[in-house]
Amino acid sequence: MAERAVAPRLAGDGIVWLLVLAELLTFGLLFVSFAVARHLQPAVFAPGQAALSLHTGALNTLLLVAASWAAVRAVRAFEADRGDLGAHWLLAALAGAIGFLVVKTHEFVGKVQAGFDWATNAFTLLYTLLTGFHYLHVVVGAIVFAVLWRKARSGAYGRSHHMGPASGAVFWHMVDLLWMVLFPLVYVIR
Amino acid sequence: MRFTKTDTVFALLALATLASWWLGEGAAVGGQHLGTAATLAVLALAAFKGALIALDYMELRHAPALWRRAVMGWLAVVLGVIALVGVGLRG
Repeated sequence: MAERAVAPRLAGDGIVWLLVLAELLTFGLLFVSFAVARHLQPAVFAPGQAALSLHTGALNTLLLVAASWAAVRAVRAFEADRGDLGAHWLLAALAGAIGFLVVKTHEFVGKVQAGFDWATNAFTLLYTLLTGFHYLHVVVGAIVFAVLWRKARSGAYGRSHHMGPASGAVFWHMVDLLWMVLFPLVYVIR
Repeated sequence: MRFTKTDTVFALLALATLASWWLGEGAAVGGQHLGTAATLAVLALAAFKGALIALDYMELRHAPALWRRAVMGWLAVVLGVIALVGVGLRG
């Protein structure tokens, strides 16, 4: 890949980056809360985390990074003026996002059926807030990919116009980045 | 279609995820706590994955230094606190 000899710049729209900053700080606070609460109440967190499926979390990690990969591929295709190819990659990214939601919904439904109450203790509360907020971000990401895909199919994006897909991709990468901390914290380290 | 750095990054992300999965599986099957070494390895893998996403996918490698430092600093602080509280205080 040729090194770009251009001035430093942010990918996508600047507004998305302000959103990224706000989200990182918000989730950062929740991540630290989860870690500290687990340290203070190990007897509460151990059974709660043991009831979580590591496989579900790992599968969802793969789906998220696959969608991120597809989103980058889409932006690269638009940069190369390959609008048709870009649309295909956006559809692939949408499929990854929907896959995540299907797996995660299955996990949530299983929890509810097992009598899960989010207000039981610090674990149930923080688990619900962390994964619930993240789930909502994936929903937004899926909607963004769907809208971008629709526009891409009508030939809206090309070499000179791909700020929309580039910004949508940055948002999705943030959702992915948050999960890279959430997955080990909640599902792996127990 | 040419094989690009984007594809290499995806392969690394997938491999690192499988490694975390494998490390976590040992503790999950036995119903035990994840050991100190495994915990630190899982957090190191998370840092690796996070850095790849931030630098390559979010293109912060080519962004103004302030933004790159902000995101990478966030990742380091959050994972550092998790490591400190999870391993350091566990004793």
